[in-house]
Amino acid sequence: MASHAHAATTGHADGHDAHEHHHYTTTGLDHRKIAIWAFIGSECMLFASLISTYLIYKGKSLVGPFPHTEYVNEAGKVFKPILDIPVTSASTFVLLMSSLAMVLALQAVQLKGTPLAAGAGWWQRAERSSQLWLGMTALLGATFLGFQAYEFTSFVHEGLTIKTNLFGSTFFTLTGFHGAHVTVGVLWLMMLLWIDRTRGLGPKDELIVDICALYWHFVDVVWIAIFTLIYLIQ
Amino acid sequence: MSHDTKHAEHAHPTGATYLKIGLILTIITAVEVWAYYIPALVASPLFNPALIIMSAAKFAIVVLFYMHLKYDHKLFKALFTGPLIIAMGTITALLFLFGKVKL
Repeated sequence: MASHAHAATTGHADGHDAHEHHHYTTTGLDHRKIAIWAFIGSECMLFASLISTYLIYKGKSLVGPFPHTEYVNEAGKVFKPILDIPVTSASTFVLLMSSLAMVLALQAVQLKGTPLAAGAGWWQRAERSSQLWLGMTALLGATFLGFQAYEFTSFVHEGLTIKTNLFGSTFFTLTGFHGAHVTVGVLWLMMLLWIDRTRGLGPKDELIVDICALYWHFVDVVWIAIFTLIYLIQ
Repeated sequence: MSHDTKHAEHAHPTGATYLKIGLILTIITAVEVWAYYIPALVASPLFNPALIIMSAAKFAIVVLFYMHLKYDHKLFKALFTGPLIIAMGTITALLFLFGKVKL
């Protein structure tokens, strides 16, 4: 286990710089971290409402295209099952790896300033590069958005829009809301990367990176649920 | 208990542990997708519960280790698990109410 302290959780930060930012709270915890957890809790309920709406209307569409089965319309046109599992599996993998990059970015910020052992390898040096991991997280998040743009575009070309049927309405609403959250996350990460490049992020900034990381991981866990409930369960 | 002692108890995993967790998440996802392409498995009544269990495992791993909830203060655990329980309960209740799940 790493020996560095979990300053943001306790509100008793380590290091001289961090002590300068210490302020008293009635819980002993930083208000900003309580706020992000409360926000994440409320987001759980938002996505639960969207997921339940999708599940309730699942299989109730009168016309296709359908997610997992073929559909032939009155004119005899055949619509293949519309969900593209290989593409979505790849985008799911990308988002999972972005979570890994994010947690390594937070660790890099925490480790900054700690002495590097003589003869340290590339991994030990990489572990301290917050710009590398923040940039990688943003890039992977943008890649996920690219996959989603491709998926939405191909669905529209295949005849599925938000107003085609109940599947289209609930699917685009749910995944669109998630995509909007990923977009906010990517912008947030790019802002942190910009701060890191201009003035550098260090242990005193652990909390601001931790809050962004919590949001990013939450976006990831929502997708974990969406991938199984919408794409894999037939 | 001193703050230092508290901090030691709340220490985070190392980079190597994070990489191992990433590998575990990838393997579970690969198993889920592999199962999707096996018709015999898809036809099994255990297919959906197995997928939900694997998904729940991934969810829990990310929340506990990447979001550090395993090591964090109990107030944060309550702020997350409370709404999560309400959310899960709401989904379950609505699925019963609309006849998507029957006893």
